[in-house]
Amino acid sequence: MKFSYVVPVGLLAASILFAGCGSNENNGNTASDSNTTADAQVATTAPGTTEAAADFTAAIDKYRTYVIEQCDAFVKETENFINAVKEGKLEEAKALYAPARMYYERIEPIAEALGDLDPNIDARENDVDATEWRGFHRIEKSLWVEKTTKGMETTADILLKDAQLLRAKVETADIDANLLVTGAVELLNEVSSSKVTGEEERYSHTDLYDFVANVEGAEKIYELLKPELAKIDPTLEQTIGERFAALKTELAPFKVGEGYVSYEELKEEEVRKLSQSLDALAEPLSNMGTILGV
Amino acid sequence: MKDKNPSNPGPSSPELNSKENDSSTGFTGKKVSRRDMLRLTGVGGLGLLLGGGGIGSIIAARSAAAPNRAVQASAALADSIPFFGEHQAGILTPAQNFLCFAAFDLTTTNLSDVKKLFQAWTTTAASLTSGQLIGNVNDNPNLPPTDTGEADGLSPSRCTLTFGVGPSFFDGRLGLGSQRPASFQDLPVFTGDNLEPQWCGGDLCVQACADDMQVAFHAIRNLARIARGTAVLRWTQEGFQRSSGADPKGATPRNLLGFKDGTGNPDVTDRKEMDTVVWNNSGDGPSWMNGGTYMAVRRVMLRIEVWDRSNLSDQEATFGRHRQTGAPIGAKDEFDDLDLKATDASGKLIIPENSHSALAHGDGTVKMLRRSYSYSSGMNLKTGQLDAGLLFISFQRDLVKQFVSIQQRLSKIDKLNEYMTHTGSAVFACFPGTRKGGYIGQSLLG
Repeated sequence: MKFSYVVPVGLLAASILFAGCGSNENNGNTASDSNTTADAQVATTAPGTTEAAADFTAAIDKYRTYVIEQCDAFVKETENFINAVKEGKLEEAKALYAPARMYYERIEPIAEALGDLDPNIDARENDVDATEWRGFHRIEKSLWVEKTTKGMETTADILLKDAQLLRAKVETADIDANLLVTGAVELLNEVSSSKVTGEEERYSHTDLYDFVANVEGAEKIYELLKPELAKIDPTLEQTIGERFAALKTELAPFKVGEGYVSYEELKEEEVRKLSQSLDALAEPLSNMGTILGV
Repeated sequence: MKDKNPSNPGPSSPELNSKENDSSTGFTGKKVSRRDMLRLTGVGGLGLLLGGGGIGSIIAARSAAAPNRAVQASAALADSIPFFGEHQAGILTPAQNFLCFAAFDLTTTNLSDVKKLFQAWTTTAASLTSGQLIGNVNDNPNLPPTDTGEADGLSPSRCTLTFGVGPSFFDGRLGLGSQRPASFQDLPVFTGDNLEPQWCGGDLCVQACADDMQVAFHAIRNLARIARGTAVLRWTQEGFQRSSGADPKGATPRNLLGFKDGTGNPDVTDRKEMDTVVWNNSGDGPSWMNGGTYMAVRRVMLRIEVWDRSNLSDQEATFGRHRQTGAPIGAKDEFDDLDLKATDASGKLIIPENSHSALAHGDGTVKMLRRSYSYSSGMNLKTGQLDAGLLFISFQRDLVKQFVSIQQRLSKIDKLNEYMTHTGSAVFACFPGTRKGGYIGQSLLG
């Protein structure tokens, strides 16, 4: 859950602008002339190299397909969840809550790039004005703290509408290579900032579901960018792959059936180990931007 | 750095690097704006070829940048202490104002990963101690900068980085069990120890000292960042002394009990004494420690509030010294001999035999080089008292013969024990110095 986000296009534009100035002031050298290896030219999304931008088209298309799949499942599972809420089935609603959220957590950076959708769906208490607080975590509080579904009927209906709106908007959302790169890191930062600390699911303690989903969402992006990354920096590509594997090994013991243990069951040193494994992954992952050039 | 066009002022040009000097010494006097920087790097393709994460790429980045950065380093920065040399710096180096100490645990069992970490730490340490940015992917808008930046433009501030490995480094995970020096093991439990696991041990250590806290913190932060995936922080402690600004003459510093601490230290300028007290030689143990030394670290919580309620004569009897001058009780000057046999008219010892000075001195034959810092870690939430004390650090040729033998004496009857408790303990084998072109720990890791 994060409301401020960097506008990727702005960053890219800045890079193009400055590189462009450089070309003019340096005896007509173009930006692409100064990239001295073939790899560099393939990878760069910098100025004027339209064919370079095209290199990510396949990855972007595949990612959009993934996002749409996740959103479809998200709408479906959210519907099941809110139906349980509206029918007053407390235990069923509690059981459906965390699994439904995982579809959202996998693609969170996209939702964050779509205006108010993220706060409407995923705001925690005190993230927004009390009068505006709605979405999953409002219902979470009712289910686990107030121990009732009563009074949540309208909130449930609005949540489903927000989920459907997200599904509609992702069809045409701007997705570029920069969003993929920063999105993967953002997913892991989400884990570092709120899941590791147990703040995200403060009433249900289902933080590990979100944790796993964020990591899976980041891994999906890594897999889509892997071929490009392997061309530019095979060592980095390999390191990231190894660290994803290591983190998943750390998470494995906490899986129970199709779900995960309550975050309250984790010992302090287990949380710290997860956090440090996550940092070990996020550090090299944050260098995936190398495929975007300069 | 792959820019082959000589007419193109690439990112490695002195003009560009001079940005760190713009506000101080003015290396070239020419300002390079942030905008120019982006333009230049945009053209040069910096980072594109060198980018990437992890240790390997940072090494690559450093070696590519080295020649140009060296120009900058030699141009200024008189407060730089060389990283490379026969012995590690930060041992005989007169204590800087601040300390940032970090113990690490390995997360790998692969010796080659450890070697890569030490190699990356070596190039990084060379940058940190000379006030240069780490790596050279610091201007690519698409990548996190290789240097975290908070020391950008700051002088080296006499930064030293001292590296060591703990006994657990030789526990078999890395296959180095046979290399452990015989007497190098965790310290025995001393009387009155109140050790807490979170302040004990560590596979690796880095002692960062500097005359600026931000410089020291920056060093530990970046070394920990580079270690990710190979080692994780186990514990850290910041420390301070009176600053050189507050005490330009550099008198013996006072600890938080108000007494001068370090008066009886051996003379670090006496080479023979240092060879006797501090440095390992070929007869001492495994050859990889030749020129190295052993570090003992003890986190000592001081019962400040209790101390503050004891009267001056009791305080002085506890240390065996006068508070104001630091002189032995009954003497005038700080450096007067500690006469442990002197008696008063009634035949009573003037310096109590259970005083800290008397016990630490013993018969004067066993010495160690102390290099401690005070610490203050806010408030103890249980007691509402200040959580403050001493991060005791000493260097010696042999832990058992020197530190352990002195501490066993002290722990039993030292009058000072009433006012303190040892909460942390660690020992590290500090490698010999690193030669240019070599890396930290090379004598052990090959």
